[in-house]
Amino acid sequence: MTDAVVDYDEALQTYDPVMGLEVHVELNTKTKMFCGCSTVFGAEPNSQVCPVCLGLPGALPVVNASAVESAIRLGLALHGSIADWSRFARKNYFYPDMPKNFQTSQYDEPIVYNGYLDVEVPTESGDGTEVFRVEIERAHMEEDTGKSLHVGGATGRIQGAEYSLVDYNRAGIPLIEIVTKPIVGAGTRAPQIARAYVAALRDLLKALDISDVKMEQGSVRCDANVSLRPVGTEKFGTRTETKNVNSLRSIERAVRYEISRQAAVLDAGGTITQETRHWHEDTGITTAGRPKSDADDYRYFPEPDLVPVAPAAELVEKLGGTLPEPPAQRRKRLQSDWGYSDLEMRDVINAGAVDLIEQTVAEGASPAGARKWWTGELARRANVEGRTVEDFGVTPAHVAELDGLVKGGRLNDSMARQVLEGVMAGEGAPTAVADARGLELVQDDGALEAAVDKVIAANPDVADKVRGGKLNAAGALIGQVMKELKGQADAAKARELILAKLT
Amino acid sequence: MAVLRPVWTANRLRGMSALSRDEVAHVAMLARIQLSDDELDRLAGQLDQIVGFVATVGEIAADDIPPMSHPLPLENVTRTDEVRPSLTPQQALAAAPRAEADRFAVPRILDEE
Amino acid sequence: MTDYTRMTAADIAAALAAGETTSVEVTQAHLDRIAEVDGDVHAFLQVDAEGALATARAVDEARAAGKELGPLAGVPVAVKDVLATEGLTTTAGSKILEGWVPPYDATVVAKLRAAGMPILGKTNMDEFAMGSSTEHSAYGPTHNPWDLDRIPGGSGGGSSAAVAAFEAPLAIGTDTGGSIRQPAAVTGTVGTKPTYGGVSRYGLIALASSLDQAGPCTRSVLDAALLHEVIGGHDVMDSTSIDAPVPPVVEAARKADVKGLKIGVIKEISGEGFQPGVKQLFDESVQLLVDRGAEVVEVSCPSFEKGLAAYYLILPSEASSNLAKFDGMRYGLRVGPEGVASPSAEQVMAATRDAGFGDEVKRRIILGTYALSAGYYDAYYGQAQKVRTLIARDFAAAYEKVDVLVTPTAPTTAFKLGEKLDDPMAMYLNDVATIPANLAGVPGMSIPNGLAAEDGLPSGFQILAPATKDERLYQVGAALEAALQEKWGGPILAQAPELAGKADAR
Repeated sequence: MTDAVVDYDEALQTYDPVMGLEVHVELNTKTKMFCGCSTVFGAEPNSQVCPVCLGLPGALPVVNASAVESAIRLGLALHGSIADWSRFARKNYFYPDMPKNFQTSQYDEPIVYNGYLDVEVPTESGDGTEVFRVEIERAHMEEDTGKSLHVGGATGRIQGAEYSLVDYNRAGIPLIEIVTKPIVGAGTRAPQIARAYVAALRDLLKALDISDVKMEQGSVRCDANVSLRPVGTEKFGTRTETKNVNSLRSIERAVRYEISRQAAVLDAGGTITQETRHWHEDTGITTAGRPKSDADDYRYFPEPDLVPVAPAAELVEKLGGTLPEPPAQRRKRLQSDWGYSDLEMRDVINAGAVDLIEQTVAEGASPAGARKWWTGELARRANVEGRTVEDFGVTPAHVAELDGLVKGGRLNDSMARQVLEGVMAGEGAPTAVADARGLELVQDDGALEAAVDKVIAANPDVADKVRGGKLNAAGALIGQVMKELKGQADAAKARELILAKLT
Repeated sequence: MAVLRPVWTANRLRGMSALSRDEVAHVAMLARIQLSDDELDRLAGQLDQIVGFVATVGEIAADDIPPMSHPLPLENVTRTDEVRPSLTPQQALAAAPRAEADRFAVPRILDEE
Repeated sequence: MTDYTRMTAADIAAALAAGETTSVEVTQAHLDRIAEVDGDVHAFLQVDAEGALATARAVDEARAAGKELGPLAGVPVAVKDVLATEGLTTTAGSKILEGWVPPYDATVVAKLRAAGMPILGKTNMDEFAMGSSTEHSAYGPTHNPWDLDRIPGGSGGGSSAAVAAFEAPLAIGTDTGGSIRQPAAVTGTVGTKPTYGGVSRYGLIALASSLDQAGPCTRSVLDAALLHEVIGGHDVMDSTSIDAPVPPVVEAARKADVKGLKIGVIKEISGEGFQPGVKQLFDESVQLLVDRGAEVVEVSCPSFEKGLAAYYLILPSEASSNLAKFDGMRYGLRVGPEGVASPSAEQVMAATRDAGFGDEVKRRIILGTYALSAGYYDAYYGQAQKVRTLIARDFAAAYEKVDVLVTPTAPTTAFKLGEKLDDPMAMYLNDVATIPANLAGVPGMSIPNGLAAEDGLPSGFQILAPATKDERLYQVGAALEAALQEKWGGPILAQAPELAGKADAR
């Protein structure tokens, strides 16, 4: 069933969207939230379970100290308040992927409250960027659920399945849920802001090193609440909650779709049902899930098997001292240090190469050289092969070495690319590859001069153009010289020589 | 803790029983217990009596009294983030009513979240 | 030939240490006794002869090899079926867990094993420890050795009856609202509920997490202290475990002195309205303590009156959540709804829980679900927690004036099987004197203080101490026990009728 939608821009003329974003983050602690089972991704099914996370009768939870510290550090990085007394609560509902049929979470006493995250978004006119502040309501600790495979039925989806197979390895993995306050004033940029917020949060989590932030593995999952109100009114409309939107692009698309869909319902004189909705990556639409009902009576009460978490002021202060430079600030600093244009910096960020370039420069490469390799050849390859630049076995040290070989005049660009091939093929470090492949520019000026003379003699028309002041025409001659010397010539030197002879 | 259930509240106001048969059936489903009619007949009356009794906690004026959820004044009991041995999949699945491919086989799950 | 089943654990331990007997001999004697009388008593859900004898042999060998052993090494023990035992079926008295074999040991059980104590088997109980009579066991009731037509108390009637019937010298019970102390009272045995957090709850199948506590069931105060010392102490697997050494309970039990001690009689639970014989025995016991040099004062705990109502909100609320895990998905019973071709997980859960739980469990789960539900939380669960605060304050005020508090343990002696089965409220009233200790987390002990005049059945005397001062229970309990036994000329169980005994155990 496909719902009617109205054109997005049209919808925004009539309605003002309000969003609320709930992001679940799996922490990268070694063990689970309440037991000592490993959290390594991809283990054999039900091999990382114990009486506690399997919910066996009699087992009891004990809080992972690292998870608490991660939550506090995140809270501080979000400019939030750290509760001096917080508690876990039980959220009671029945579901086969939840071994105890309650989730140990936090309810009205979360560890973090009242923070914010500044995100950079294009201005409304589109001619620059500006900072949009997303206010954070709370962040709390909880545990993840198991994972189900649905067997039978056509699609492998939950709908129509005959039965399901549950693996509890994920059950009990520590989660932090970060909940925004209602995001108002986003206007037409709501989808972009939603995306930018999750992207900024992801960068922050990565900088804090508290999560693997692999959205494709589900370690960051977003639920997007969207409602519309007529432009110029105050009262929020009825919201829907689109669950498990798990890529940046999907977040933007899902919010955009919900705005268009809800606008169509309202335009037709209908009302929005408060419900959860499912996002379909393939078709780019949301479909209705369960309406809010009695089943949402979660019967929260304080978890009697755990005692309160009351972080001492000294601990909070100590953890505050471990915060990394905020990602946005760091990017600004690096851009300025490296002398990149806004466009160049954006390419670097999009290629996910900020850290790599920083390390490459630290290894002695020039910022321009580092950028050229990471966002050029390597990014192109990664893009084509659907991998990340880190997957090729090329290290910042390799790139710095390669850059040095070019700068030192041993290799030209095309030779350097061949060397890089060799490094990726596992032939060794750049110098070793160049040696093994016999790659080295012709250093003999006599040979170069002979080749230049030969090419000028063979191309009198072109030579005349250069003489006549068309310096660009020299390019054709340089190409011929390179060919003559089987590519092992220094193009800059060749150009110098040609111009010296013709002008 | 907001929503008041209109039916239950209305019953209170009319001085009727604290907990009706329908309400018992409703709460039982919330607790995932499919009571038979016989059981409902038997349990509803008893529960009404019990609810009437436990409701007497309301007779104590305790507005300014802090709630006590735990007998011990403990705080900050945590463990270090060190891996401990897990069960083997065989141990984990040994008591499963049904298992397949090292996973717990469960009946089809209704479409929820 | 010495009958080791009639000896206290302390005496058995002494005989073992002196080389007068072996653990195998002692353990076999108890297994024989179980075979002889348990067909009538039904204290055990499962007997593990093989496992118990294996442990006994290992201890005997260790002793022969001159290894250093704990004080109770080789003394057999029975364990309430609510504690997880690796490799040994654990059901909590419920059909829903029929045949469940845990892959792990409860900490208490691990400590028993480490202490070299042969585990005779698992004892009967009210389903998930909900009840005061053991009649709510899915596997049939336990019978009181004093009168087989009467209840042995509950929920731990199996443990108390096993000890009273000389089937085990020691047993482990658990106490959420009196499930160790009330069965002790009606079977003429000793039972202690330690301070909340004094004994690890890891592996104890939770009824109400903030109330549950495991403890010893024995025939003497000293035995209780010895067992308390084995099972007590800090456990990193239980966040609510007290990180401190076990109180000096054995030393206190040996001291058995109440001179100069201030003993408080709680005005609101002084036996008024209780069975007259129970009230009379209580007054006599208080006088015995005075005779031994204690000072008795009356204290008032006005909020205790609401304790029962608060308890029957807090317990069901926590239990409704604790028992949610029994859904037929991962272990235990799985039942499909009748007449449904391809039932959903939700339907199977609901059918399984209907088939697997007994009436009392269903009553309490529904009550607790209701009490926690939106719109009712504040009036029920929230208000009950405030009453809990008031009860704790009453205790605190009382302990400003006295060292220990005393009450009759239960309002009556053992009632007839079936008498209160269909009247849950009447059943709940049995807990009125024992519940306050669970709500406040303070330790309590019941010791037998005589046979009621009107029915000749045992009555219990309850001692309550401030949190973590468990040793005071033993100090007072042992003093009173000595005074009473002096009067009786021996232990009370010497007055119990002989069980006919049958060779054909169930």
